[in-house]
Amino acid sequence: MGKRDVQEVNAGSMADIAFLLLIFFLVTTTMDTDTGLARRLPPPVEQVDPDTPPVKERNVFSVLLNSKNQLLVEGKPMRVEELKDATKEFILNENNADNLPEFKETEVPLFGFIPVSKGIISLQNDNGTQYQQYLMVQNELQRAYNELRNELSRRKFRKDYEELEDEEKKAIRTIYPQRISEAEPKNIGK
Amino acid sequence: MAKFRKKKGDGQTAINTASLPDIVFMLLFFFMVSTTMKEVTMKVSIQAPEATELAKLEKKSLVTYIYVGVPTRQYQGMFGTEPRVQLNDAFATVEDIQSYIAQERDAMKENDRPKMTTSIKADFDCPMGIITDIKQALRKAQALKINYSARQKSEY
Repeated sequence: MGKRDVQEVNAGSMADIAFLLLIFFLVTTTMDTDTGLARRLPPPVEQVDPDTPPVKERNVFSVLLNSKNQLLVEGKPMRVEELKDATKEFILNENNADNLPEFKETEVPLFGFIPVSKGIISLQNDNGTQYQQYLMVQNELQRAYNELRNELSRRKFRKDYEELEDEEKKAIRTIYPQRISEAEPKNIGK
Repeated sequence: MAKFRKKKGDGQTAINTASLPDIVFMLLFFFMVSTTMKEVTMKVSIQAPEATELAKLEKKSLVTYIYVGVPTRQYQGMFGTEPRVQLNDAFATVEDIQSYIAQERDAMKENDRPKMTTSIKADFDCPMGIITDIKQALRKAQALKINYSARQKSEY
């Protein structure tokens, strides 16, 4: 008894313990990047100016969404899948039709004078509309704009819209401004 | 002349694993630091709606969350089964949003305030009524940058 060698702690299991902890953190870590549809709300208006000239009928693209999740676009029922193309047609107005929006010659940097559509998309939904359906409609409208911007960007800069410089993006945004107006909701047909 | 030493006959030598714990510890610390535990306990059940044209929410510190959904089972007795608003850890009403936003904005750095984004995390089955109320409240609170939280649609 008495004299004994000072024994070292056996560190062989250290790796196992560390592995266990590592696996725990690996499993619990969620590197979630939140995604979603970005939107801008209009600033609150105190009072509508009675002198505001009404927007011309041909410049408005009305999208109604009822409590049964049905779409009514420009007075005609439509499926969500068709909305994107209808929106693009409305904004582009390639044949300068009478019932589609007018253009306004605007000077855009990098592009020069270019006709910019005066079209406004008016979206109205019911209080009973399902959120998913509403988001789907917003999504389709966004998709129409994204595609238009992308097409223009490819034609002009031979690049995707996402890869452009800020200045070029801004120019394209001026040509295809996102004008979505949301009316106060109505409580029809509960 | 050079002599070739004969290889020892006892086959493969074991790789030295003494540094293995160090490597593992390094990984461990990385994950420990990067892990963010969920900050709020969800009291409403939310199944995110689906969409395709998604944008990423970049800076977490600039984002304020508003949760909307049906209360989870243990709260249904108290709060019913209608969709409710959750701010931070507690149930709230739409009227509370304005003060909540003001409070969150005050907590931010001065030059970050204009970049404040509000993310609405709502259940896909919510009726729009409550969402519209929230939007009106946000407009009044001057929190105009919003983001409808959604996940990537799988098939399209």
